[in-house]
Amino acid sequence: MSVSPLEETVASHETPGSKFYQPFAVTPELEAEADDRISHYPESKRAATLPLLHIVQHKFGYISAESIKWVANKLGIEPIKVLEVVTFYPGFRQSAPGKFHIRVCRTLSCAMGGSYELMERLCELTGIDRSASDSHHHPITVSPCGKFSVEFAECLASCGSAPVCLVNDDFHEAVAPGKAEELLAKYAPNPDLVPSA
Amino acid sequence: MITYTKQPHAREYRLIFKNVDREGWDPSIDCYLRDGGYDDLKKAFAMQPKEVTEEVKKSGLRGRGGAGFPTGMKWTFIPPNNTKPVYLICNGDESEPGTFKDRYILHQDPHQLVEGMVIAAYAVGAHTAYIYIREEFPEAALIVERAIEEARAHNFLGKNVLNSGFDVEIYVHRGAGAYICGEETGLIESLEGKRPYPRIKPPYFPAALGLYMCPTIVNNVESLCHVKHIVRMGGDEYAKLGVARNTGTRILCVSGDVKNPGYFEVEVGKVTMRELLYDMCGGPKDGREFKAVIPGGSSSKILKCNEVFKLKNPDGTTKDLDFWDIQMDFDTLAACGSMAGSGGVIVLDDTRKMSWVLNNLNAFYAHESCGQCTPCREGSTWMKKISDRLVAGEASPSDIETLESVAYQIDGRTICAFGEASSWPVEAIIGKFRDELLADTKPENATHPHNPEEEAQRRFLQPA
Repeated sequence: MSVSPLEETVASHETPGSKFYQPFAVTPELEAEADDRISHYPESKRAATLPLLHIVQHKFGYISAESIKWVANKLGIEPIKVLEVVTFYPGFRQSAPGKFHIRVCRTLSCAMGGSYELMERLCELTGIDRSASDSHHHPITVSPCGKFSVEFAECLASCGSAPVCLVNDDFHEAVAPGKAEELLAKYAPNPDLVPSA
Repeated sequence: MITYTKQPHAREYRLIFKNVDREGWDPSIDCYLRDGGYDDLKKAFAMQPKEVTEEVKKSGLRGRGGAGFPTGMKWTFIPPNNTKPVYLICNGDESEPGTFKDRYILHQDPHQLVEGMVIAAYAVGAHTAYIYIREEFPEAALIVERAIEEARAHNFLGKNVLNSGFDVEIYVHRGAGAYICGEETGLIESLEGKRPYPRIKPPYFPAALGLYMCPTIVNNVESLCHVKHIVRMGGDEYAKLGVARNTGTRILCVSGDVKNPGYFEVEVGKVTMRELLYDMCGGPKDGREFKAVIPGGSSSKILKCNEVFKLKNPDGTTKDLDFWDIQMDFDTLAACGSMAGSGGVIVLDDTRKMSWVLNNLNAFYAHESCGQCTPCREGSTWMKKISDRLVAGEASPSDIETLESVAYQIDGRTICAFGEASSWPVEAIIGKFRDELLADTKPENATHPHNPEEEAQRRFLQPA
């Protein structure tokens, strides 16, 4: 089968986290959930682009070329209109994160509270090497075992209880760097962690 | 997710945050109704929509999202001969660094917001309303959606609300991690399913040409909550809170280098910087001293703690105002060259290097620029690159001049206010801490290449 330009453009690639996510598949439940969201926008189906992408990412971990085509088809718009949304928003990703995706707040109050040290400690414990990451194009790095991934997020709006982070949809406050181990243990009781120095 | 269980400080006046951290309180509608919830909606329905708007105008409420624009006046900007549908949008994209007030309203008191929104929708004639919640509040989105369902089941939403003949639906729309969606026209584009590139004003004032090019009112979460209390108290009574032209209460979010950071709801202008940072926040951490304060979210211009400001009296004479005597209201902070913004107060003590602070903020704005306008897209990244060099000890004194000139070339040359938001921190920090920044530079650095590409190009400069 020939590869369409869309597949070439979407930056999906295999990651150690891929094994934790189901490949994209359209089910009646998915259709129903999408139709319900679309009904919130009686004026314009296109307005449901973000909600549909959220549903896809929540179910399948990331936005693949196939899912972009499905969303576009569902909304009666060109796939490029969906792709341009996916590539703009930092909240949408095109490859699988780890099973538990950790977003550490990087912005001023959290940075003052030690969020950079927290990130360093999380990477140390999960064997993640962030040296190849950059904030714009490759913000997410997955651990070798695929259980965790990390990303620096911009202000998570809880500056009074810095440093803070999100693990999937769970919010954690006042996570001092020394509490990194405790945080990871909540998600992986026996993680394949690199022994700490 | 709540860690604070603190009692409100004696200087606080809890109106919006009355139920935040309240013992025995939960976000369910039963709890809200037991406390007299939705009574203010009934009161509003007994009034004409115009009368509700009139009360909000009388209250003097100014938007709590950042710009401080009078809410009631915003509502009257809908063209009088309008025949299109009107939309109401609640801006719950809270992303201004230093601000964390809406988080607690959305998580702990969602019905206060829903009630405020139904009243506002009634006043402006909107039958469809959206709450735009930032993606990073997944739990809040669920809580608010549950609250909407409960409200619909009680006929506070839907068709013929409480037999008033008024129909209204509220939906939650989740963002996807972009700060620019807090800008109202960017938010509207995002709600339409597009990249959130802000629209140029004029002509795209949302009250005339907003969502789907229909009249749209965009208000902050806290502002919409105030509407409910204005209806309950009456505009005149509400206006007695606070000081002249800066009425009501507002939530100040304090973070950074203080003993007790957190949120404090106070009467606008009734608390000074000294009272806020020493009495309410417990002063600096042990052995440290306050150095500077960013008073209204990261975009507001930084103030030095030893500054004395020259303010104009109404009669044209001037008076000195010490930093510590600044009243936390819109007009005083504006007169001091900064702004009350979103109420996010970030405190820095003497252990903080300003080059590091500047670089952290520059990284934020470089990441969050939407890329639509060249001065902002290129400038914010350029400013970050220069401050990267500054913190790495690789900057030269002339870099500070370049940084400053870049900032002043963004300011005022972009479609939306992000241009100002990204350049004001640079302008203010260089303006007030120039010597400190210069101390981190070395003249010889001017001769070094800034990146591998430049280094490679230098071979053309070598003598053959």
